[in-house]
Amino acid sequence: MAVTRGFLGRRPSDSSRVPPGQYVTRDFPVLSAGPTPSTRLDDWDFTLRGSVESPVSWSWAEFQALPREKFTVDIHCVTKWTKLDMPWSGVSLDTLLSAVPTPASHALAFSDGGYTTNIPLADLRGGKAWIVDEYDGRPLDPEHGGPARLLVPHLYFWKSAKWIRGLNLLTEDQPGFWERYGYHNYGDPWKEQRYYGD
Amino acid sequence: MERTALLRRLTWQTGTVIATTFETPRVRTITFAVPDWHGHRAGQHLDVRLTAPDGYQTQRSYSIASGPEDDHLSITVERLDDGEVSSYLVDELRAGDELEFRGPIGGHFVWENATGGPLFLVAGGSGLVPLRSMLRHHRATSSQVPVRVLCSARSLELLIYRQELMELAASPLVDVSITLTREAPEDWAGYRGRIDSMLLSEAGWPISAEPLTYVCGPTAFVETAAAGLVSMGHDPGRIRTERFGGTGM
Repeated sequence: MAVTRGFLGRRPSDSSRVPPGQYVTRDFPVLSAGPTPSTRLDDWDFTLRGSVESPVSWSWAEFQALPREKFTVDIHCVTKWTKLDMPWSGVSLDTLLSAVPTPASHALAFSDGGYTTNIPLADLRGGKAWIVDEYDGRPLDPEHGGPARLLVPHLYFWKSAKWIRGLNLLTEDQPGFWERYGYHNYGDPWKEQRYYGD
Repeated sequence: MERTALLRRLTWQTGTVIATTFETPRVRTITFAVPDWHGHRAGQHLDVRLTAPDGYQTQRSYSIASGPEDDHLSITVERLDDGEVSSYLVDELRAGDELEFRGPIGGHFVWENATGGPLFLVAGGSGLVPLRSMLRHHRATSSQVPVRVLCSARSLELLIYRQELMELAASPLVDVSITLTREAPEDWAGYRGRIDSMLLSEAGWPISAEPLTYVCGPTAFVETAAAGLVSMGHDPGRIRTERFGGTGM
């Protein structure tokens, strides 16, 4: 480990909540690969498809009628920012996945604009993932993934697909958009799994 | 689907600072000699890791400012108010110092000759950094792809790479438009004010040219530019964005 001459650094006040290599920001930065899509709520649905007997979809109104959860979590982005205590509200993936029996082991989330990302199904179950449509008590802004985004706080933020439209349930893993470009397949911030081979 | 980047494990390596230049009072270009760098594609970035005497480490990502064909690797860093790393890189670092980094990273916001065009490069402030790498690649490979560049800066003095932009614009294949948002010289013949659809259509390409567009800058700038192009009828699938979040990433 080489000490950087003249660098003293600032340490986060609560380092137990900040994974290696990250720094705490108060901003809510945005990272997207392309223009922000604009989907009318009338045209929006959320679909579970793939290894299921038949696909299941919820319209916006049907999604709004599902039981909701409010929760506060820390978010870690692979571009190095960490934001603490982010208040969200949405529907647990447990609620949505209970609608369809599936032999799938993995999911490929798909979004408006063509974005995809892969997550083991075990990481979407057990109260660890949501489809959120509110941040800080207000509808989620389009640049932050509104009308709705996936939220998987225990993985790097690129796994929390913006503008989500559904999950493709798969019996084998299949890399998504950033995973094909050399980002880590799983993305655990605490193991600093940023890039391929980490 | 474009070609997948070759997956290779990224290891930390040490580069030695060989030169630094101030682009503006707050923006500095740092050039490194890296013995073991395997090259990069224009538009990619790298991660820098700093270590304090007590072992504390932190990392940041920076776009690569040098072209793939250049002899050395450069990054251009803007000092942010309260920036833990950027203030060190802009104010403290000097020639002979060593820095650890790894990369190159990213495979979407990249341009190489084979990607084609016509190209439209849209930059807000420091968003010009990865686009400069593309322009250098364009020049080094004698690319025949026509390019239009639109840069937004607060003032002429705060426009980074001013001289180089002028030199690049000497090519019949490269058109550079500049808009100044806060102050402009009295005899300023370029554009004024923030980018909007009018400016994007004047400085850019018609829809029929089916340009490939790269937009980089602060979030609000990128949102405005990308949404403007889409509302004008450009194919969202031909617009690639890189946002330097509110934290100046």
